[in-house]
Amino acid sequence: MSSLKLTKYNIGRTFIYSILIFFAFIYLAPLYVMFTTSLKDIEEIRSGNLMALPIDPTFYAWKKAWSSACTGSDCRGLAPYFWNSVRIVFPAVIISTIVGAFNGYSLAKWKFKGSEFLFGALLFGCFIPFQVILLPMAKLLGMLGLANTVTGLVLVHVIYGVAFTTLFFRNYYVGIPTELVRAAKLDGAGFFAIFRHIFIPLSTPIFVVTIIWQFTQIWNDFLFGVVYSGSGTQPITVALNNLVNTSVGGKEYNVDMAAAIIAALPTLAVYVIAGKYFVRGLTAGAVKG
Amino acid sequence: MLNFLEKNLPKIVLAPTTIVMVICMYGFIVWTGLLSLTKSRMMPQWDFVGLDQYRRLFANPRWDVAVDNLFIFLILFIVIALVLGLLLAIFLDQKIRVEGAIRTIYLYPMAISFIVTGTAWKWILNPGLGIEKLMNDWGFVGFEFRWLVEQDMAIYTIVIAAVWQSSGFVMALFLAGLRGVDENLTKAAKIDGASTIQLYWHVILPLMRPVFFSAIVILTHIAIKSFDLVQALTGGGPGYASDLPANFMYTFTFNRAQIGLGASSAMIMLFGVLAILIPYLYSELREKKS
Repeated sequence: MSSLKLTKYNIGRTFIYSILIFFAFIYLAPLYVMFTTSLKDIEEIRSGNLMALPIDPTFYAWKKAWSSACTGSDCRGLAPYFWNSVRIVFPAVIISTIVGAFNGYSLAKWKFKGSEFLFGALLFGCFIPFQVILLPMAKLLGMLGLANTVTGLVLVHVIYGVAFTTLFFRNYYVGIPTELVRAAKLDGAGFFAIFRHIFIPLSTPIFVVTIIWQFTQIWNDFLFGVVYSGSGTQPITVALNNLVNTSVGGKEYNVDMAAAIIAALPTLAVYVIAGKYFVRGLTAGAVKG
Repeated sequence: MLNFLEKNLPKIVLAPTTIVMVICMYGFIVWTGLLSLTKSRMMPQWDFVGLDQYRRLFANPRWDVAVDNLFIFLILFIVIALVLGLLLAIFLDQKIRVEGAIRTIYLYPMAISFIVTGTAWKWILNPGLGIEKLMNDWGFVGFEFRWLVEQDMAIYTIVIAAVWQSSGFVMALFLAGLRGVDENLTKAAKIDGASTIQLYWHVILPLMRPVFFSAIVILTHIAIKSFDLVQALTGGGPGYASDLPANFMYTFTFNRAQIGLGASSAMIMLFGVLAILIPYLYSELREKKS
């Protein structure tokens, strides 16, 4: 009887494991296809199929994607656009995170009349479809002389990222006991002293979560990039899209795939290194205020 | 003076964000709303024509297609991602040995941009060299898969890619929810003789209600904003067969110089989001109060 039960249990386990592993393959397949395709030459792509391993791996496509593929009429590869993205992402992430930390701290521990309303109004910004602000923002950037510039894109990402960063920090700081603040106030510590000596030391995890979230969002952004950049200042997502849709000569799928992996590498690396925090950011974004 | 400053520091710290928010969110929404009531084409101009742009919008067959597509996409994307995410979460919650590794694999697409996802799937679904050729090579001669270039099927390729990208995230949400279920509850149900399926159906799933709720809100939000995926995967084509409202808005505003019409489509998108968001926030607030 017990051995029968055991086999039944085993069949169940085997079933569960095979489903899980099957789906692991499904999720991995596109990455596998991208990678193997990027190592094939165009002849092999035409004669072989998606799952076939490259017979004679070559880095031709990678080199071309990085330094000489055409995005529109510009044939300098993805490299300049990769650096554009870097130049957009770093300042935007740092500024929006710092602003978010101060905002979140104020909203969580220094409530005043109307602060909850203010938070609600800001939270709304996490949800609006950005189409509704695209045009006026373009106008404003034009007035500021920042149209088609990297600085303009940094500004846009900071403005619309602060709603998220504030939400993250506020929700995290709400969990820190207010007694700590009260005690420090009795000792004569002020707003900034309390922030620096009590909150900052406790904030490492939320800083990591926020930075990863902002990094991923801004690196992966396409909408703002395509609307607010001009020739030469596009972020990598826009350049990748242009590269794939530029058909000078024959279509080079291997170059497309190498380019796609290059565009994905920074965020994938962050995910692999700090996956735990990445997931926390995703679910924190899901958690209400 | 100093005392006044010290007392008002929180407000001073929040002031810049508040000002920017009032201008760049609410002000801009009003601006776009007003613009949608004018006959602006290339440049904003302020001749008000009432709801003319909205009439033109609803009479535009391309907008019709975009809205229909959004509903197809929304429903399939949400249902498939929810079912898949929930099942994988339940399976993964059975004390699986390599859980961490599997979870990592399921979730990594979420770290990738929609543009990359679109590029990858555009290649995989390539009629001729993609999955079609793979199946032929594997012995399924005559297997055809040309959704990417078929008027009626292109929108479903968007669903495939979007599900691939987001279902791992739904899995993570459900897994977190399942981990939060009180063990005594499941033990009690087992003692009462409930089978595993009964246990999940009658005890655990009802407990997942809030997770379903937030997952639906997030997926809806992703779907309504999906602009990049369409742009990269189908370019809205063939023709405009796989356009979503966000792509419609972009095309008419920035390529067709019909910014009044574009503004009206953006406003409709906003109303769509609000129609989902307001009941959600309302129920959240009510839950908190009780």
